[in-house]
Amino acid sequence: MSFIQYLISGISLGSVYALIALGYTMVYGIAKMLNFAHGDVIMVGGFTTYTICSTLGLHPIIGIIVSVVVCTLLGITIEKIAYKPLRKASSPLAVLITAIGVSYLLQNLALLIFGANAKSFTSVVSMEPIKLADGQLSITGETIVTIVCCILIMIGLMFFINKTKAGQAMLAVSEDKGAAQLMGINVDGTIALTFAIGSALAAIAGVLLCSAYPSLTPYTGSMPGIKAFVAAVFGGIGSIPGAFIGGILLGVIEILSKAYISSQMSDAICFAVLIIVLLVKPTGLLGKNIQEKV
Amino acid sequence: MKKLLINKTLKQNLITYGIVIVAYLVIQIMVSLGLVSSLLKGLLVPLCVYAILAVSLNLVVGILGELSLGHAGFMCVGAFASAFFSMCMKSTNMPSALRFLIAILIGAASAAICGILIGIPVLRLKGDYLAIVTLAFGEIIKNIVNSLYIGLDEAGFHFSMESTMDLNLSETGTVIIKGAQGITGTPNDSTFTVGVILLLLTLVIVLNLIHSRDGRAIMSIRDNTIAAESIGIHVTKYKLMAFTISAALAGVAGVLYAHNLSSLTATQKNFGYNQSIMILVFVVLGGIGNIRGSVISAVILTLLPELLRGLNDYRMLIYAVVLIVMMLFNWAPKCIEWRAKLLYKFKNKKTAKEAE
Amino acid sequence: MTLLEVKNLSISFGGLRAVDDFNISIKQGCLYGLIGPNGAGKTTVFNLLTGVYKPNEGIITLGGKNITGKKTIEINQEGIARTFQNIRLFKELSVIDNVKAGLHNHLKYSTVEGILRLPRFHKIEKEMTEQAMELLKVFDLDGEADTLAANLPYGKQRKLEIARALATKPKLLLLDEPAAGMNPNETLELMDTIRFVRDNFDMTILLIEHDMKLVSGICEELTVLNFGRVLCQGKTADVLNNPEVIKAYLGE
Repeated sequence: MSFIQYLISGISLGSVYALIALGYTMVYGIAKMLNFAHGDVIMVGGFTTYTICSTLGLHPIIGIIVSVVVCTLLGITIEKIAYKPLRKASSPLAVLITAIGVSYLLQNLALLIFGANAKSFTSVVSMEPIKLADGQLSITGETIVTIVCCILIMIGLMFFINKTKAGQAMLAVSEDKGAAQLMGINVDGTIALTFAIGSALAAIAGVLLCSAYPSLTPYTGSMPGIKAFVAAVFGGIGSIPGAFIGGILLGVIEILSKAYISSQMSDAICFAVLIIVLLVKPTGLLGKNIQEKV
Repeated sequence: MKKLLINKTLKQNLITYGIVIVAYLVIQIMVSLGLVSSLLKGLLVPLCVYAILAVSLNLVVGILGELSLGHAGFMCVGAFASAFFSMCMKSTNMPSALRFLIAILIGAASAAICGILIGIPVLRLKGDYLAIVTLAFGEIIKNIVNSLYIGLDEAGFHFSMESTMDLNLSETGTVIIKGAQGITGTPNDSTFTVGVILLLLTLVIVLNLIHSRDGRAIMSIRDNTIAAESIGIHVTKYKLMAFTISAALAGVAGVLYAHNLSSLTATQKNFGYNQSIMILVFVVLGGIGNIRGSVISAVILTLLPELLRGLNDYRMLIYAVVLIVMMLFNWAPKCIEWRAKLLYKFKNKKTAKEAE
Repeated sequence: MTLLEVKNLSISFGGLRAVDDFNISIKQGCLYGLIGPNGAGKTTVFNLLTGVYKPNEGIITLGGKNITGKKTIEINQEGIARTFQNIRLFKELSVIDNVKAGLHNHLKYSTVEGILRLPRFHKIEKEMTEQAMELLKVFDLDGEADTLAANLPYGKQRKLEIARALATKPKLLLLDEPAAGMNPNETLELMDTIRFVRDNFDMTILLIEHDMKLVSGICEELTVLNFGRVLCQGKTADVLNNPEVIKAYLGE
């Protein structure tokens, strides 16, 4: 019975990773950049909701909406100021380093405003845990909301990308920016939209992450950010269902190895699984394999 | 014609060595005159550590053209392997200079072995996938070190991945590596002079390697792997060579780091991916493939937060802004264009004035 | 004496038979042309010969030695060097270093000798420089030895690629559209150079080309490829007058 309980908390953690990974994978797939600041946008989402709900005492729904708006604007601003000028730089590393700079900037801004002490986040979910099997199994409201949110968002994203004009434009930009431009697609606008969506997802992920693990510091987003990145690579970076599967698997592996092997080594085990997956399938579980033409 | 080129690279290399030596002498004179604050004195060895790390990472990122985010992991291996050795030898009457020399060799060798073990499976991956896998390896190394317990008694070494109790040491035994608490009491053998010597050695190895047959092979793989194969260059061999030498040098930096502190622990800050990324920042800011630039940017970026210390809470914020602005200034095509225009105007004015 | 002998070479990608039952026999010292419409599988033949792709069927022998299925590196060491349709130079290396990279397997010293700058390093590097300069002179590139390869004009980049391939001291040189993007004057000059290389380096050359003036001007024998199959093979003049070939090129 305890195994099922662990599995459930694994899936719960995994859905948070999956949510973050969805944002990562979208940005990577379309802008072809590793946005190291993505994890910190999550943290900003968490702090915004915290300010609205705990400090100002407003309704959680308002908190979530404001935090989505704030993160979306933040994402667009970061893209415009820090990433866009470097899109045509001679080395792809340039924008990676700038993303690291943005990550430091957000962390230290939060440090200045909110201090280093952990804030205890009040969960936005007011649902009673569901007890199963005579109370031996308990599923928290946060878990259910996170999993449902994650699935809904994934389906929504897939619908958006495959069925709408803007989504098709994203696919075109991810294939070939130059050709997309020639076909009359607004490449800059499309990339900005990608960042907007990715950041909005980060805001939701931030709120759910902090609801499930209610301690909020300026560094809250950084490790989940990296883990989600690992999840995205795991599932095949650029692939939306891949990010979902990668996230869930990573969460389950982490919780199970914490429970059965060693809590110290759980991160190492997660990373080791990633390495093995990549060595067997170098583009991740659902990634496309593109070979250079000679 | 070619003679000229060899001389040109030799001259460039000598300038790099010269800068390091002059900086060393200036600082030594300032120290003896009492002009250096104790805070800055404490930074002298770390400066060498970071410069070595940046130079060695540049070998992978700039010369081999592959992105590695696990450099701190190799530093970690070098640090713990050498500190472990020094702790074991501390009670013997081995002269400290010899002990440190062997420690350096052990640090380099252990990191190199890790480099080979990781490099063989991993170097088939490309680009961002290689980056994430090296990051993962760095984290794994840190994680393992954090849950490693080694003790020593009459019966020999005892290992455990659980706890100190699990070692089953006899009463006279001592615990050398205490899991997350790491190693305490490492002899402080690192000095600024040793650091500079090791930095110079690193520079000689890397610069001479680049300007040799092997360096050419490594760079040809960077520029065009398919063409390199077509002219008979063994791609895996040279990738592994660059990766291993880079790891070994990072190990040396780790030795220097470990023997500068009395207590050595593996934290997110010193051996985690944040550190690897920091080293990458040095490399990119100093110029990808530019070895001298790596040294200079490592020194500046290490000193910058300290120089901003007066600004207290704002210093890391300013650091972040400076980093972003410098990246935009150095790399954004529009900025480069604007700078070129400005320079052109400036030159024109100068020649116009001279004409007058 | 036959240098290259290919029998029943085939490869499929998915369901497409890109090269189907390809046979060729090239005599030592011959200047041989491989022509055909776009997409006929010419470059695929080169990729099969140099080990980029492994054939599904068939045997490739070079100088009597079976080299089928060997790796690109091994095939280069056996004596086949090539150039690429889309130029593949080491762009951030100087012109002379591109050629020296080609000498990699012929003039050697160890890593330690290189790092410690031992006498052997200086001796071998000097030898490399001399040999590389000699090759560059053939292609009239010696004046630009220290230029970055990326900064060379297009025509010279193509020549440098040939020089680099020659530096590996091959028995057989494969040129993939050497005249692509060149103006008529440059093409004429290139024809002279190719002849010069054949005569002075005792080289056997197989080239893919669309420029019929070049093909008819220097190639002694031709193979025409169409839809992955050999359409016609033989002396240049005979092949070019073959009605089948004319039909494949000009349509009906």
